[in-house]
Amino acid sequence: MPRIGVFVCQCGNNIAATVDTKKVAEEMAKLPGVVYTTDYKFMCSSPGQEMLKKAIIDNKLDGVIVSACSPHMHEKTFRKASEAAGLNPYRCEITNIREQCSWVHHDKTKKTGTIKSTDLTRMVIERLKRNRPLTKIKIPVRKKALVIGGGIAGIQAALDIAEGGREVILVEKEPSIGGNMARLSETFPTMDCSQCILTPKMVEAELNERITLYTYSEVEKVDGYIGNFTVQIRKKARYVDEALCTGCGECIEKCPFKAESQFEVGLTKRKIIYTPFPQSVPNVPVIDAPNCPKIQKDKCGACAIVCGPKCIDFKQQDRIETVDVGAIIVATGYQNMANERFGEYGYGRIKDVISGMQFERLASSSGPTGGEIRRPSDGKIPKSVVFIQCVGSRDEKKGVSYCSKVCCMYTAKHTMLYSHKVHDGQSYVFYMDIRSGGKRYEEFVRKAIEHDHAMYLRGRVSRVYEKDGKVIVQGADTLSGSQVEIEADMVVLATAIVSRDGADTLAQKLGIGYDKYRFYNEYHPKLKPVETVTAGIFLAGTCMGPMDIPESVAQGSAAASKALALFSADEMTRKPVTALVNRATCNACWDCLTACPYTAIEREDVRNRQGETIRWLARVNEGVCQGCGVCVAACRSKSIDLRGYTDEQVFAAINAF
Amino acid sequence: MTMKIPYYPGCTLNTVAKGFDATAREAALKIGFEMEELKLWNCCGATFPLTPDNLIALSAPAKVLSNARKEGDTVTTLCSVCYNVLKRTNKVIKDDKEKRGVINGFIDSEYDGSLSVLHYLEVLRDKIGFARLKEAVKRPLKGIKAATYYGCMLLRPFEDIGIDDAEKPTIFENMLSALGATPVDFPNKIECCGAHLAMNNTDVVEKLSGNVMTSAVDNGAELIVTSCPLCQYNLEKSQKRLIEERPGYTGVPVVYFTQVLGLAIGADINTLGFEKNEYSIMPLLHRKGIVAGED
Repeated sequence: MPRIGVFVCQCGNNIAATVDTKKVAEEMAKLPGVVYTTDYKFMCSSPGQEMLKKAIIDNKLDGVIVSACSPHMHEKTFRKASEAAGLNPYRCEITNIREQCSWVHHDKTKKTGTIKSTDLTRMVIERLKRNRPLTKIKIPVRKKALVIGGGIAGIQAALDIAEGGREVILVEKEPSIGGNMARLSETFPTMDCSQCILTPKMVEAELNERITLYTYSEVEKVDGYIGNFTVQIRKKARYVDEALCTGCGECIEKCPFKAESQFEVGLTKRKIIYTPFPQSVPNVPVIDAPNCPKIQKDKCGACAIVCGPKCIDFKQQDRIETVDVGAIIVATGYQNMANERFGEYGYGRIKDVISGMQFERLASSSGPTGGEIRRPSDGKIPKSVVFIQCVGSRDEKKGVSYCSKVCCMYTAKHTMLYSHKVHDGQSYVFYMDIRSGGKRYEEFVRKAIEHDHAMYLRGRVSRVYEKDGKVIVQGADTLSGSQVEIEADMVVLATAIVSRDGADTLAQKLGIGYDKYRFYNEYHPKLKPVETVTAGIFLAGTCMGPMDIPESVAQGSAAASKALALFSADEMTRKPVTALVNRATCNACWDCLTACPYTAIEREDVRNRQGETIRWLARVNEGVCQGCGVCVAACRSKSIDLRGYTDEQVFAAINAF
Repeated sequence: MTMKIPYYPGCTLNTVAKGFDATAREAALKIGFEMEELKLWNCCGATFPLTPDNLIALSAPAKVLSNARKEGDTVTTLCSVCYNVLKRTNKVIKDDKEKRGVINGFIDSEYDGSLSVLHYLEVLRDKIGFARLKEAVKRPLKGIKAATYYGCMLLRPFEDIGIDDAEKPTIFENMLSALGATPVDFPNKIECCGAHLAMNNTDVVEKLSGNVMTSAVDNGAELIVTSCPLCQYNLEKSQKRLIEERPGYTGVPVVYFTQVLGLAIGADINTLGFEKNEYSIMPLLHRKGIVAGED
């Protein structure tokens, strides 16, 4: 006969106001197998816990029930207390008589609440009688991290993990790390040069012996689970041997062909063999294969002739490398929405309509104009520039519904840079609202308006067209209620931030969630901002949504600290509430395998002594299983049970009602 | 067999814009399809209501659609306004089950929105193809710099109409290219002409349509091509002031696209209704040597 103790909590007046806890305790004492019952004001308080422990020892209890708040609140507390008293923690169960009972019933005679509490507790008693003691699962942890994305968030995460003494693999799909930040001229609100603060970090990442860089590489496949991921990385053919290359740049010098520079956002051309920018890390060029006449038509080959160390290999192929890591940090960043989508602004048709990122390059001292603001069409210095904000942002019909968050700030920065570089120039900004929440951000925008005389016009632009070498901007000024027409020399679009192309494919490889804009979902937007629903995979930076550099860096560090915490022990423990396959009845229909959202179910082949496969079985990987129970529902032959919630337990509880 | 396309002319094309209707039918026959007028049709209502609950205003176009469905699964229009009203009403009936019930109850029908509402230009582009149209051209409009004026109703609202990109449409230009003309791009081609304000606020119309004309002419247009009877009317009328204000300006012909279509594919010049245009296209045709004669 079981020896069960029932503890009914009053939770001050939270429960006691509508539930007669004493009566519940008395009723429970009448049930077979229940040897001890009591009620108490606050079970979760120290005296409450002590009382629970004492009762377990004194009465030799082999199972306890605490009828109190939701198990989300204090299940952990009471299981710990039970364990301290020598009980298997999974022999302690919680009945929730608060959230869905006392709080929702207003019967002051306490009749309804008491009946319901009695019923609920009785059900859990029956369930508890069939509870098997469970032991925590221990999983070994590989103390090495993979960071996907070498922008500022990814670099920060990699550096922090390396500093914490663990090894990191940093994968970047472009030929150099640095990401979008490497393109920026100055950064708000302090106006420090973006490259000047970024490149030291890039170099640190390259030189740190614990960091292995995989540039021009992409994640191909991800297997495994927290602490034990196996990742395949595709090293795209660079056509240059990284180990041999000295970075002398002779090949770039001699290459006779050019193509549009992606790094300069199409403002200028670069060679076919190139490094994206002078401070590229690693300083190893890459050949733009689709545009290379040698690779395409076997003509030229000038680079290979001049290369001293002979590191150019036109026959190089993509290579797949497999790495084992314990944690993954995803920091894949953002891109801008296609500007051509907004026909009214004329991007693509009118040369002097440029994107914000292009303006960054014009303003950057390492940019195509050496930091002089010159318009693309004729190289003249524009005397008036119109900045259009919210191009695609906060525009459900033609763009995205969210605010891109950084555009108000970088547009203000652009007007400042412009006024510092073109003293007699006038800038105009069309805005919807100025969103400058952040430390010293509002002051920054005020400075652009008051000190640098940016003319802010609250309204939208309806049309942009060319006339006699000018760019005419028609728009509304909603504050004065008038239509405005500005004859500008150049127009700059603050285009919406969107997720990267292929963000969804990568999320599917990793098994993490994403929203309708393909931004990755955090586990909890407030309390678990860098975790994902898949244990061991963390997020950082703009792959989650628009954010600025300080936020991205903070998240990079946050994700790194999560990975380091995971690496702090040799083994990690997990809750044993996992699915269990009945090997006798499983008929390998694989419905569970299809249903499992965490890819926790594997195919196991059962072999005879000759080593021939005689049958197949589903096997649950306990490291991955989250105990959600979807496979239990999917199983046609009823061969899967969830530990702690077996069919036997659940039906017993229902029958007790 | 000639492809027959159910056709909704609408009131304007039955009265003041008869030439628009006749040239379209004539051109269709020459290209190889027939515009078959619906047996039963009524006015489309001429405006799509601006309030979402003004369902009574949808009853007229709903009735047109309901009757048209009995004759086929498509209906084609020429007038931009009819097109706009019918297409948007159709979308409401198709997507909004509740409104569909109310409208059908009122007009006593069971129409479900399954009709596809097409503009004549869409038929040319999607069913005939501009390549095939090019082959049918007998009298290429070589050397004519024609500005395409879309106005509003043919393109907007984009998510309801979707005939082309609402901000940088090309369907008109592509048709004119097929006919051998040189399309002229100008910033005001999708700006409003002033529309119904022609009745009570002619100043606004003169200003808006005047801007359209000035912008087109400044960009080199010798001819304005449009698809909307009201636009056509406004653009013609607004030129009086321009003639007074701009020295040397004598007016530019504003024609329906079907008129130039008919011209290009070799219809009898006297059947194209050019005599009804306030500013005659004939001198231009003579000058370019497309039609023999003196300037």
